[in-house]
Amino acid sequence: MGDEVTKKNKYSIIVPTYNERLNIALIVYLIFKHLKDVEFEVIIVDDGSPDGTQEIVKQLQQVYGEDRILLRARPKKLGLGTAYAHGLKHASGNFVVIMDADLSHHPKYLPAFIKKQIETGASIVTGTRYVKVGGVHGWTLMRKLTSRGANVLAQTLLWPGVSDLTGSFRLYRKSVLEDLINSCVSKGYVFQMEMIVRASRKGHHIEEVPITFVDRVYGSSKLGGSEIVEYLKGLLYLLFTT
Amino acid sequence: MKHIVKIISLLVAISALWIGLLQTSLISPDYPLMLPVYLVVSLGCYGLLMVGVGLMQFPTCPQESMLLQQDIIEAKTFLRQKGVDIGSN
Ligand SMILES: Nc1nc2c(ncn2[C@@H]2O[C@H](COP(=O)(O)OP(=O)(O)O)[C@@H](O)[C@H]2O)c(=O)[nH]1
Repeated sequence: MGDEVTKKNKYSIIVPTYNERLNIALIVYLIFKHLKDVEFEVIIVDDGSPDGTQEIVKQLQQVYGEDRILLRARPKKLGLGTAYAHGLKHASGNFVVIMDADLSHHPKYLPAFIKKQIETGASIVTGTRYVKVGGVHGWTLMRKLTSRGANVLAQTLLWPGVSDLTGSFRLYRKSVLEDLINSCVSKGYVFQMEMIVRASRKGHHIEEVPITFVDRVYGSSKLGGSEIVEYLKGLLYLLFTT
Repeated sequence: MKHIVKIISLLVAISALWIGLLQTSLISPDYPLMLPVYLVVSLGCYGLLMVGVGLMQFPTCPQESMLLQQDIIEAKTFLRQKGVDIGSN
């Protein structure tokens, strides 16, 4: 923990976007509003969104500075997992935060993540929706049911030691994320689960903070159909490989 | 050790215990014979119960959505002042 006290921490916030023109502006505003006395940069990995997300990012750079908002675009939609890896390559902080652009992850929780990390010296702080002060909004009963079922199944089979496996609002020590991202191969939700399960198996110190999750207001979720099958396959995969 | 190995070891240990019980059984062997069935059934019940309880106590945050709406309005006002093209309304 010594280095955390003596050296000033820098946080690189990686936000992958695909057609988040409005949301990215809102989230950048909220990040700057809530992170006052912290050194940080926002790295936006946009996958060639046709809605002009990148134009907005350039305008935001004019407002907040090109050194605070980094646009690291890719030519086409290449998926979330590789988007994190891409952003990570450009991160200059010693800590990395990963969050969605769709406002379901509210930047007001960032100080809690940072505080928790400093207090505990953890390598990973992960947001959990499944505790009393946390929670979700805008989920149908069906979505809650699948979420609960998936969670109980994973808890029973994998004993991961974390309550929210599929959430993706997390703070990582940069070296730990670099190591993890190279050993994870899954896609989508399973990717988030694989990251945290592998981290737990490797013995990294993981802490949780409660977060609330308000389903996206603008734009549409890009996750479709056969999610459950993918999830079950992912669970089996993790059973045999971790 | 892969996690599946842990689970299999656990199952093996339980089976060994069960076979031991079957062989040393002082009472009639019918009772221990049924134990695995009970085990599976109770595991299933536990799962269903956990899902049910979880569902009933699912933490929700309706107030958060209102707070978010306020944040959005605030952000839009600021961004518009700064000349960021976030569209009308
Ligand atoms: N760069 C990039 N971002 C993506 C891609 N797919 C989704 N995203 C972003 O990842 C975040 C979450 O995606 P979304 O599909 O809304 O997932 P959900 O809301 O959790 O179901 C949002 O910020 C999206 O803009 C992709 O292929 N590339």
